[in-house]
Amino acid sequence: MAEWMTLADAIASYVSDGDTLAMEGFTHLIPFAAGHEVIRQRRRELSLVRMTPDLIYDQLIGAGCASKLTFSWGGNPGVGSLHRFRDAVENDWPHPLAIEERSHSDLANAYVAGAANLPFAVFRGYAGSDFPRVNPQIRSITCPFTGEVLAATPAVRPDVAIIHAQKADLKGNVLLWGILGVQKEAVLSAKRAIVTVEERVPSLDAPPNACILPHWVVTAVCEVPRGATPSYAHGYYERDNAFYRTWDRVSRDRERFGAWLQYVLRAKDFEEYLDLQRDPQVQAVYQ
Amino acid sequence: MSASFTSEEIMTVAAARMLSDGTVCFVGIGLPSTAANLARLTHAPDAILIYESGPIGAKPPVLPLSIGDGNLAETADTVVSTPEIFRYWLQGGRIDVGFLGAAQLDRFANINTTVVGPYNRPKARLPGAGGAPEISSSVKEVLIIVKQSKRTFVEKLDFITSVGFLTGGDAREAAGLSGNGPTAVITDLCVMRPDPLTRELKVSNIHPGVNRETIKASTGWTVGFAETCEDTPPPTAHELETLRDLKTRTALAHGIQGDAE
Repeated sequence: MAEWMTLADAIASYVSDGDTLAMEGFTHLIPFAAGHEVIRQRRRELSLVRMTPDLIYDQLIGAGCASKLTFSWGGNPGVGSLHRFRDAVENDWPHPLAIEERSHSDLANAYVAGAANLPFAVFRGYAGSDFPRVNPQIRSITCPFTGEVLAATPAVRPDVAIIHAQKADLKGNVLLWGILGVQKEAVLSAKRAIVTVEERVPSLDAPPNACILPHWVVTAVCEVPRGATPSYAHGYYERDNAFYRTWDRVSRDRERFGAWLQYVLRAKDFEEYLDLQRDPQVQAVYQ
Repeated sequence: MSASFTSEEIMTVAAARMLSDGTVCFVGIGLPSTAANLARLTHAPDAILIYESGPIGAKPPVLPLSIGDGNLAETADTVVSTPEIFRYWLQGGRIDVGFLGAAQLDRFANINTTVVGPYNRPKARLPGAGGAPEISSSVKEVLIIVKQSKRTFVEKLDFITSVGFLTGGDAREAAGLSGNGPTAVITDLCVMRPDPLTRELKVSNIHPGVNRETIKASTGWTVGFAETCEDTPPPTAHELETLRDLKTRTALAHGIQGDAE
């Protein structure tokens, strides 16, 4: 049963050190506010899962929150590398990061398997590639009907899933639209689910077949306007492409990243962090 | 090199021309997306563009900066979830052409986008697979678009992320992969196609103003030329105008000075 609460309370109550945490959103609706709150509460030893780590996990990895990353594409979309992720993999900074590398098709199927309460995903994939050589979790299974050999990989079953959506009603029923990624599957595969939304509304007024997560599969729901920025929320605000490019500069250098991180830690919440962005001292970090 | 167009423009135009009208195309971000949209705006208005984030039949007015930009969803015939894209549409065998990029490529059109150097101690950690391994093994035909240099066109890959023809001959079929694999590699210097028997890439078209020595010097293996090797026809005025207009609109929309890639 969904409970309306502050994001700080939701992270304090439902995300613990050592948890397997999946924060999803495929370029769209990335739960950045929640990521910052995890950093602010200094969670450690998290096992992070996400198809496209994006800036959100680059920030968590750089801040020292993660000991493992399961992913399928780790770049800054349209810009280049994720430098904090690379620094962790290439130089063990701020500490070693174990990686479990898979493909998009694999992770998408593995979330579906998790949501369907199955132990593994089965699909046509990886044939001839080097992935099984470096990831012993990528195995195969023979179809009992045709004899075809198919890829088999473990289901994704996070302790906690966190997503951002456009709206939730007073009971905590959640509505999202536009590019949906694997958000629904992430929520249904997890033991607990936290959803941040742009706005709390009396009624969703959604047509039949809309993507709605019923309140009783959501653990906590939090109103966080602009909670997906610098990614975007369809119908609310655009992607902040300039920040994605600026991040390349901020994240490339450990000291500059450290200076940026201080502003996340200093802000009492995401709203204050967003207000701080206009501060000339913060602007200096970005120049 | 003619002064009237750049090497990147001829590469994009040459790639766009390979997409016939009505083709269902799985599009990666960057150069593949530029080429696919140029095709849609010139000779292939009914090409169906599918992006892995979920939009099917996207008709973006400007080039998307990320694989999940809002203009893809707004202009699509339908938007489905990412698992549905990979399960029903890609694995389901609905896609004709997959357009891929590469960080490293070998003579059998195998692709590396994972690491440079040893996997556990990489010299450079690259973004990884994304959708590419299953795109390359599920679509009817793969087109690879990549700038050519010795660093990119290598004798041996550090990691096979996506399979072309493995060790050549019938190795791809023997490994159980469906689809015809890569049918062309389009670079800023030339077009390469696999030899029908050995499956080794051979230069089939040379872009205007490029000579064979330049291509040899930019390839990490001893590259062969097809007997029927021809010159790539230069971009038409219409192709160039459409491409430049698209790039200008994109830069304005995203607030970028210069190139969108």
